[in-house]
Amino acid sequence: MRVLTVKGVQVDDTFAEAFGMRATALIITADSARWARQAALSMTGFATSVIGCGCEAGIERTLTSRQTPDGRPGVRVLLFAVSTGELQKQLQARVAQTVLTSAGSACYAGLDGEEPLRLGNALRYFGDGWQISKRFGARHYWRIPVMDGEFVCEATTGLTKKAVGGGNLLIIGRTSQSTLAAAEAAAAAIAKVPDVIAPFPGGIVRSGSKVGSKYKGVPASTNDAFCPTLRGAVKSALNGDDGAVLEIVIDGLTSEAVAAAMRAGIAAIVKLGPKRGATRISAGNYGGKLGPHHYHLRDLLP
Amino acid sequence: MKPLVFSLRERPSQRLDLSPLVPHQLAGKTTTAIERIALQTTRERISVGDIFRLRMGDAEHIRFDGGSERFDRVGYAMTGGEIVADGDVGVQAGRLMAGGRLAVRGDAGPWAASGMKGGAIEILGTAGDHLGGPLAGEIAGMRGGIVVVRGGTGARAADRMRRGTIIVEGEAGPYAGSRMIAGTLIVHRKAGPLPGYLMKRGSIVLGEGCSELSPTFLDCGAHRLLAMRLWAGLVEPYSERAAALLRRPLRRFAGDMAVSGKGEVFVGNSS
Repeated sequence: MRVLTVKGVQVDDTFAEAFGMRATALIITADSARWARQAALSMTGFATSVIGCGCEAGIERTLTSRQTPDGRPGVRVLLFAVSTGELQKQLQARVAQTVLTSAGSACYAGLDGEEPLRLGNALRYFGDGWQISKRFGARHYWRIPVMDGEFVCEATTGLTKKAVGGGNLLIIGRTSQSTLAAAEAAAAAIAKVPDVIAPFPGGIVRSGSKVGSKYKGVPASTNDAFCPTLRGAVKSALNGDDGAVLEIVIDGLTSEAVAAAMRAGIAAIVKLGPKRGATRISAGNYGGKLGPHHYHLRDLLP
Repeated sequence: MKPLVFSLRERPSQRLDLSPLVPHQLAGKTTTAIERIALQTTRERISVGDIFRLRMGDAEHIRFDGGSERFDRVGYAMTGGEIVADGDVGVQAGRLMAGGRLAVRGDAGPWAASGMKGGAIEILGTAGDHLGGPLAGEIAGMRGGIVVVRGGTGARAADRMRRGTIIVEGEAGPYAGSRMIAGTLIVHRKAGPLPGYLMKRGSIVLGEGCSELSPTFLDCGAHRLLAMRLWAGLVEPYSERAAALLRRPLRRFAGDMAVSGKGEVFVGNSS
């Protein structure tokens, strides 16, 4: 594989392979920014990978009280799944158990998508007959009486079929500390890019996986080619002084947003430099035959 | 684009049916064709040319220079565009309107916005009885859109309303929101006796209360509801007074318990 070098950081001439996904967005508000964030954190908790969580979700941005429908502080949350049915199921279950239950919360559509997904239209039954439907122009809301007043929830939110999941960067460094510093810089840069989330804890995943396993019934297992402790034992992708690898997985509402996020991540890693951060950037793919979206790192250099 | 202007020559000698003078009916018509449109409601024939001086323009923007309480059915079933009536209008202004904007710069007669489905109506003066209400024999009244009356309104505003929003910045007469099926009626000032009479669902907001509330409405306490704050933001472009009212604490009365009791009357704390 050809290797490019940008300001001392090696960039593998490879590509990230990503998949088409279904996605939606929500705006969650509360009386304070803290409680809006709390509701969103609960909702997007345990939503790191579709492999085990059913969906991938994260906070996309923080909204000021001027940017939300009800004039309170809020956050915008993105939710990704492999099918419309699974996305609807996850949306309904997560909003019902985490946003509806959070003190003072309200929930609105965060995307004008191609098709509607049921939001308040599904949750209204919690009102046990006391729910109130309110329409204004094209907007439709449900008011559900709850113990601290009313839960206001928009009837539907939008679905997009153009979303992309699985954009990624593999960040390779000499030590776990310097690699984490580079990954943190990249995650911080990606957090500023609109319409994307990095669903893993802090935006970073340390247990990258490959498809399949030696064990029956295990769909994914450790990415041994990038495990530094197996460097001599397996067909490794690591070089002599590569001591740690961290990955950033990116889901976006559009392919352009994923590319923009990867570009921002690479720029942040390069800016930190090889001494304090990562020495090498790579990306994960399956040979290019599984996913329709390919992001070549050489096209995304700063 | 210049508007299509109908200037009133003299006070009409009979009630006129102005329902043909809406944008989608006049689009593409020549001056002569428009002048020939019959407007009479008696056996004595009156055409547009007899009563109006016509100044051609874009049929999407229609203006009536001078009004009369004999101008009936202005903006009937209009689907888009704009009609501005520079004066009073008669009965059923904006009846069955589905889109566009109707502005009345005077008073409107009874049954304004009757059976309206969409669009926006603004009445700078007062509106008569049965604002948004159904005609005899119809099951539902207003079904969508927004109506703003800067003055007061007569009896039974929002009668049998099913959807949409009516804002009355002045006072409302007796039985405001009677038999409401759903929708929202906001009265900035005081309402007459028995608002929400036999309402099934829907919301009525009364800034200064009413002269008499039926005992079939039950006090649920004063609240600052988020839904009202959200509504304030939505109605603010149409009425700042209504928005200010919705941001105040409001006392909620659930009713009418004589029927299903899923409706609500909110009363502003006048203190």
